[in-house]
Amino acid sequence: MDNRIKSLFEQKPQGLLSVYFTAGYPNLEDTVPIILELEKNGVDLIEVGMPFSDPLADGPTIQQSSDIALRNGMTIPKLFEQLKDIRQQTQIPLVLMGYLNPVMQYGVERFCQKAQEVGIDGIILPDLPLSDYVREYKQMFEQHNLSKIFLVTPQTPEKRIREIDSHTNGFVYMVSSASTTGSTNGKAVANTDYFQRVRQMELRNPSLIGFGIHDNDTFSQACQHAKGAIIGSAFIKALAQEGSLQENIESFIQRIRN
Amino acid sequence: MKYSVDENGFYGKFGGAYIPEMLHPNVEELRENYLKIMQSPDFQEELQVLLKDYVGRPTPLYFAKRLSAKYNTQIYLKREDLNHTGAHKINNTVGQVLMAQRLGKKRIIAETGAGQHGVATATVCALMNLECIVYMGEVDILRQAPNVARMKMLGATVVPATSGSRTLKDATNEAIRDWINNPEDTYYIIGSVVGPHPYPDMVARFQAIISEEMKWQLKEKTGNENPNYVVACVGGGSNAAGAFYHYLDTPEVKLVAVEAAGMGVESGESAATSVLGKEGVIHGSRTLLMQTEDGQVTEPYSISAGLDYPGVGPMHAHLFESKRAIFENITDEEALQAVLELTRLEGIIPALESAHALAALSRIGAKPDDVVVVNLSGRGDKDLSTYLDRFQLNG
Repeated sequence: MDNRIKSLFEQKPQGLLSVYFTAGYPNLEDTVPIILELEKNGVDLIEVGMPFSDPLADGPTIQQSSDIALRNGMTIPKLFEQLKDIRQQTQIPLVLMGYLNPVMQYGVERFCQKAQEVGIDGIILPDLPLSDYVREYKQMFEQHNLSKIFLVTPQTPEKRIREIDSHTNGFVYMVSSASTTGSTNGKAVANTDYFQRVRQMELRNPSLIGFGIHDNDTFSQACQHAKGAIIGSAFIKALAQEGSLQENIESFIQRIRN
Repeated sequence: MKYSVDENGFYGKFGGAYIPEMLHPNVEELRENYLKIMQSPDFQEELQVLLKDYVGRPTPLYFAKRLSAKYNTQIYLKREDLNHTGAHKINNTVGQVLMAQRLGKKRIIAETGAGQHGVATATVCALMNLECIVYMGEVDILRQAPNVARMKMLGATVVPATSGSRTLKDATNEAIRDWINNPEDTYYIIGSVVGPHPYPDMVARFQAIISEEMKWQLKEKTGNENPNYVVACVGGGSNAAGAFYHYLDTPEVKLVAVEAAGMGVESGESAATSVLGKEGVIHGSRTLLMQTEDGQVTEPYSISAGLDYPGVGPMHAHLFESKRAIFENITDEEALQAVLELTRLEGIIPALESAHALAALSRIGAKPDDVVVVNLSGRGDKDLSTYLDRFQLNG
């Protein structure tokens, strides 16, 4: 079966820009307009965040956007409702990213079915451990043609990176440094040893670098070490600026690309 | 039925390690080493000396004569309130700080609700000359001011958790985020039987000293090491885990876990997880969890900061589901009455948390000859301003 993530990496081997935003932020009905605007501005892949009350791996920016999105009324059923016609409007690869508990309550199988139905290509659930995924859910995800994307960090041993690589398809999400999202500790792209180590492993899957990527400089550096990079918190901050969604998105993407 | 943890870190269907990849190396390191370290002779020797000479163990098992007369049964209080720092929490922090040293960690982080775990952590860090950072909800900082002062006095940095309900759950989130950001040199001393495997099992083992002592103390006093009831309050559940531990496989001992009903289970202001929760994942563990239909964690409420938690340790979730333990819940008002009752009958001012266990004495239906042990997990010093207010003893 075709998967838009796979096709993307085949068609465009370098300089990919993936953008994360929290569904339901800044306003409940912004989900589809943000997706379409990002595509229009040449973004390659979009991660749609499913807000959670207790986002352990996230820094203050995404915590706050999640709180606001939840207050706005965002839920998983609401998100699927918003996305039901998205494939009539765009073919950009779409990944849903969130925490395990809301997905468990929705029902993992039902979630996979619905995701496939609206045309989602991949899923990231940072707190679903690899071992549980392989034991309980892998078959379900594959059956619904969903790439389950896993994170690796500078502390992940080679053996585990290979294990992750063998159980996933789509891409490997390289966390740039040990941190929660949106960290501005300046170490975002300093870990060149780690990036090279992973590159030399010649994994089955391509990799993207995320966490701490926030401007043209960090984006370009990340692109030297992987197929591209993922931006989240910096984009959420840009959405909070004065001005329309269109203006904010256009100027942000231009700043990153140039 | 097996009540201890299995090789994969589960109690029945509860437990596990639902953590982001960033925490995997740390949790894995601990999982591989904790039993080996805990069972090593030099560790045990150091731990036993500290428990005896520093913590002040064994804690007394006190026959509460006037309380027994009131409830027409034989009530013993396990005096964890007499531990150094005033609660059972230090049993665990003494153990974990030795664990951190064995693993070569230099920086200690912790979360705290009532502040007892924070104080117990700050205390052992002072003792071992380790840097200590304690995360505490903003709301709890206000209602447990004496413990905040103690932590500062001990040289710890107290960082307010300002997200969510600004209580224990949020302090735990912040501690976990700190650990993600400091993966090399930092050890996270979790204060309860919660979190990813192996924490629930490790903390239960460190607290198991409570029931270990209860057994020989009861044997001395009653001729039988087994009581009819063991009663303990449950927030995350560490004092209950310790009080139940050596009785888990003795079915004739009834285990009573007492949760905080807050303003009442149906009021929307409660922390009675076994009644209000369903299966979910919080802080790295699959357990019973108070949550909305959409899987968002509900903000709990209790007058007691130590019980104000939307989940419960996976061991307790399993004890609930398997019906091995009886779960009761007690409102703020009932707990306050129990505080006054123990204070005036026995001259012991209990912590608000422990008062929930005491208040359940009227519920369990103990017979005149039954032996009931209540785990008096902490003393009430930290709650005095609440007590003075509520009992109108000011001025």
